[in-house]
Amino acid sequence: MSEPTTTAFEPRIVAFFCNWCTYTAADMAGVSRMKYAPNIRVIRLMCSGRLDPQFVMSAFAKGADGVLIGGCHPGDCHYVEGNYKALRRVTLLKRMLADLGIEDSRFRLEWISASEGDKVKHVVNDMVEKVRALGPLDMPGKHKDWDKEMQELEAHVNHSQKEISAHAH
Amino acid sequence: MKHRIGVYVCHCGTNIASMVDVKAAAEYAATLPGVVLARDYKYMCSDPGQELIKHDIKDHKLDRIVVAACSPLLHEHTFRNATAQGGINPYFFQMVNVREHDAWVHTDRAAATQKAKDLIRAAVHRVPFNKPLEKKTVPIKPDVLIVGAGIAGIHAALTLANAGKKVYLVEREPTIGGHMAKFDKTFPTLDCAACILTPKMSTVKMHPNITMWTYSDVTKVDGFVGNYKVTVRRNPRYVIENLCVGCSECIEACVFKEGKFPDEFNLGLGKRKPVYLPFPQATPLVAVIDPDTCLQLKTGKCKKTCVEACGDRKAIDFEQEAEIKEIEVGTIILSTGFKVFDAKRIPYYGYGTYPGVYTSLDVERLVNASGPTGGELVLRNGQKPKSVAIVHCVGSRDENTNKYCSRVCCMYSLKLAHLVKERTGAEVYNFYIDMRTPGKSFEEFYSKVSGEGVHMIRGKVADVFLENAADKNGRLVVQAEDTLLNIIRKVPVDMVVLGVGLEAQPDANEVRRQFNISCSNEGWFLERHPKLAPVNTFTDGIFLAGCCQGPKDIPDTVAQAGAAAAEALALIDAGSIELEPNTAFVVDTECSGCKTCIPMCPYTAISRNEEKKIAVINEALCKGCGTCVAACPSGAIKQNLFDDEEVFEEINGVLTNV
Repeated sequence: MSEPTTTAFEPRIVAFFCNWCTYTAADMAGVSRMKYAPNIRVIRLMCSGRLDPQFVMSAFAKGADGVLIGGCHPGDCHYVEGNYKALRRVTLLKRMLADLGIEDSRFRLEWISASEGDKVKHVVNDMVEKVRALGPLDMPGKHKDWDKEMQELEAHVNHSQKEISAHAH
Repeated sequence: MKHRIGVYVCHCGTNIASMVDVKAAAEYAATLPGVVLARDYKYMCSDPGQELIKHDIKDHKLDRIVVAACSPLLHEHTFRNATAQGGINPYFFQMVNVREHDAWVHTDRAAATQKAKDLIRAAVHRVPFNKPLEKKTVPIKPDVLIVGAGIAGIHAALTLANAGKKVYLVEREPTIGGHMAKFDKTFPTLDCAACILTPKMSTVKMHPNITMWTYSDVTKVDGFVGNYKVTVRRNPRYVIENLCVGCSECIEACVFKEGKFPDEFNLGLGKRKPVYLPFPQATPLVAVIDPDTCLQLKTGKCKKTCVEACGDRKAIDFEQEAEIKEIEVGTIILSTGFKVFDAKRIPYYGYGTYPGVYTSLDVERLVNASGPTGGELVLRNGQKPKSVAIVHCVGSRDENTNKYCSRVCCMYSLKLAHLVKERTGAEVYNFYIDMRTPGKSFEEFYSKVSGEGVHMIRGKVADVFLENAADKNGRLVVQAEDTLLNIIRKVPVDMVVLGVGLEAQPDANEVRRQFNISCSNEGWFLERHPKLAPVNTFTDGIFLAGCCQGPKDIPDTVAQAGAAAAEALALIDAGSIELEPNTAFVVDTECSGCKTCIPMCPYTAISRNEEKKIAVINEALCKGCGTCVAACPSGAIKQNLFDDEEVFEEINGVLTNV
């Protein structure tokens, strides 16, 4: 999404929706002409259990301001229990993201069944509002800063080592 | 290798084009790396739209196709076919949803167009990584399971059985027939429900291709389209089905001289004994013993006069236990029906409080010749009503109960008005919100009943109360605002009939989970597409018929049952079905043999090859959820159609500004 240069911050949210429940619910929201914020980009997976934590890391690293996961309600998974596996991964991932300084409301898991088009609308609107309030995450920018920091540190270490070896001789 | 990608942006008439600048989106797509051609077109799914793809593949040597149009759940297969007909692998195609997920849900044209561009860019990034795949084919077992034996299940069963297919018809009640067996006459033709239903019921019983299991529940469903393994529990009725001849001698001989317990088939309006036949035309005509009321089963102390009466037939067996049956079927039809709205939920209508208030289904039994009064319409005090109010929309079109219209109540209320008038000569008042009679010969029926002198009052009933508060059994007053005359009407009547709406079965949610299908918010089973796949579900090989999918009348139910049978037949006669090739596989050289994936699989499709010390996925068992793929610490498992690099490229593409 090309960022307008002058206007207010518009969050970029990447969503991973399972084929059977949440993707279908989003289709239903469309068929029912419900209106919600245009900040979300949905990537379809067969099951929320397919969610590799690296997908989430990658989305943040590439510049997403928020990541939304949508799966079937507990007990309703088309593949029996993929959503429970997703829940386990999400719980673990949340702790990791917190350590990286990524705020809790930037990463969200929601159970949305095929008939809950209105829930898609509410969740997306709510998440966009919360992420907008947090402001840009800008992991790519942070990566650059960290890289710079690392390079400086490396240069400093190299320099010191040279000095030490010079003294030793 | 440099790819040659073609991008097509669909207008969908004005559906997409009115909110997304499709020209701008196509022009933008043309600038993306690898894209050699980008077009926008009015209807991509039309023949000319598909031809466009086919010709472009040949003329421009395209090797990857992206179509931005509606949901992939609707037209992915259409464009995959077009891609294949153009001469390249159908999976060298990627679909972008810019209708349901974009044009239809946004109001800002600039933002919607930007979203379309982002989504197209994601697909353009992804599609070069799409692999050539082949669909896998699975055989379809020819036998069919039908759950629920009302008119929908019966009709579907007969259609399939007549086509030579073996059908298992499972019904939880002791008799087949469902709600229709309880009705007296049917609208608008006024033909007797029993006269048209009972011949079909006995045909089911006699049909060599139908295995009918009443008083039975489906307890377990495993497998997938073509190969379902189903467990059915046949509950003990304590009467051996093939020995009982339905002579009723055991019922007469029962130690209870009179019926003492509420008779379920007559909605408690009549009484039955612990041993009973649901109704005279019950199919199978086999007695049932209710373990909750039978003295022998409850206490073990009874003279067992029933056993004596049965004599040499020896059909009664107090030791009978539930029987578990395991069957294998290729397709399943769900026709589990509805329940009527519980009128007690609207307390001011007085159902269950005032003896003069009945539901429409109660009155169906009262006017039915096989009902508790032998077809005589009398009040609980035995008197004929002189005036009757019929209240439409009870539990329908109401914010407080159900918002939807139950579709059948206006028509059956008119039918009951006619029957009440015919049987009793009473003054009849129909209170309605709107008279909804959209069906063949329905409006004519309304005119006919109006012409018979039934009073039609346009107004929602606000209250039902006693004319004399001290006399609970006395006359009732029905109060409503007559919205045509703009006055409050208070009509004193002897009997109030509540036109109750239709609701999903109370256990619809458990049934839905058992069969792995979806429900709407109201609890009706969800069809795959409301117009184009109205009897299919999201689970292949499972079809819907009748009111379990939503309220409908008998003609629509029978039509839908026929459609469900035809869909099942189409699968069976094809002999096999093509499945999405989205299965997972192990890259042998990458697998460390750590066994992390094995417990992840809900289908036990993964095992360990002890010799090679690696995991092996049985493709026939894999359903393609991808849970193991995400769990593999060495990235050794890949999923067709949703491979890591494909998803990563999609993430990359959606966020990268080129």
